[in-house]
Amino acid sequence: MNFEVAVEVRGLEGIADPEGQTIERALPALGFAGVRNVRVGKLVRFALEASDEEGARREVEEMCARLLANPVIERASITIAPAP
Amino acid sequence: MSATVGVVTFPGSNCEHDVAAALELLGASARLVWHASDDLRGLDAVVLPGGFAHGDYLRPGAIARFSPVTGAIARFAAEGGPVLGICNGFQVLTEAGLLPGALRRNAGLRFICDTVTCEVASQASVLTAGVPVGTRLRLPINHYEGNYTCDAATLARLEANGQVVLRYVKNPNGSTASIAGVANEAGNVVGCMPHPERASSALLGSEDGLVLLGAFLGACAPSPRRLGQPSASAAR
Repeated sequence: MNFEVAVEVRGLEGIADPEGQTIERALPALGFAGVRNVRVGKLVRFALEASDEEGARREVEEMCARLLANPVIERASITIAPAP
Repeated sequence: MSATVGVVTFPGSNCEHDVAAALELLGASARLVWHASDDLRGLDAVVLPGGFAHGDYLRPGAIARFSPVTGAIARFAAEGGPVLGICNGFQVLTEAGLLPGALRRNAGLRFICDTVTCEVASQASVLTAGVPVGTRLRLPINHYEGNYTCDAATLARLEANGQVVLRYVKNPNGSTASIAGVANEAGNVVGCMPHPERASSALLGSEDGLVLLGAFLGACAPSPRRLGQPSASAAR
């Protein structure tokens, strides 16, 4: 089966995110007063062939632990959907 | 007999010749080692210089971990061989799991190019052995990701073991505990963000870097014992 995978990598909670803080300070200047907790991360998208969704998820979790995120400072959340 | 030091060159390294020149100024022989080689035979020490290994893609150092030379460096380090990572080389060593912690973007989100004062915080490393604690050194920094980060438990362990070897007197980048350089538990693997090789002549504004590089060479006992015997590596 083919899957479309999106891995969102962002800083661990509790670690300062100066880019997010800067955006959070800028938005009220445009009138968006209700914005809180801005976090900036990155998104890695790819196609993956695997036998089933559970196997795909296991594989992506290992990719995150070993390469896509640095567990010392980042965490990853994974979205997997069957390819259309 | 003078020490022979391998200076690792990744695609994107840019300080390898500066490091070699500074080491040669101190009487050592320097040999450039291409990242695709896993042959460190005949070397007494290894330096990973600054630059942008593999374009810093994904995260600085993240891809360099997979270069053949990095596995060889892990084995060399496990045998007690002296290893020094400067700037990007420090980032590579943390990504490779050879040093604790990680280097994040500077707190002010600016690339910093400056000469700063650092203080030797521990002698328990090949970079600071014999240099009195409290010695102040003027050293250049040039980095965007120099903000040293680790969790509280790791920091407590580093402080207790004397693994924090170099500290900024005035924190330029948000580093945890103003850390500029750390060592592994054994003290034979060290990483620092400042560039000692760029402070190797009064004409360059400072020769304080020679204090550290001299200590590093002093820690290299030229011997045939390090012949690259395979042993456990520290890949995560």
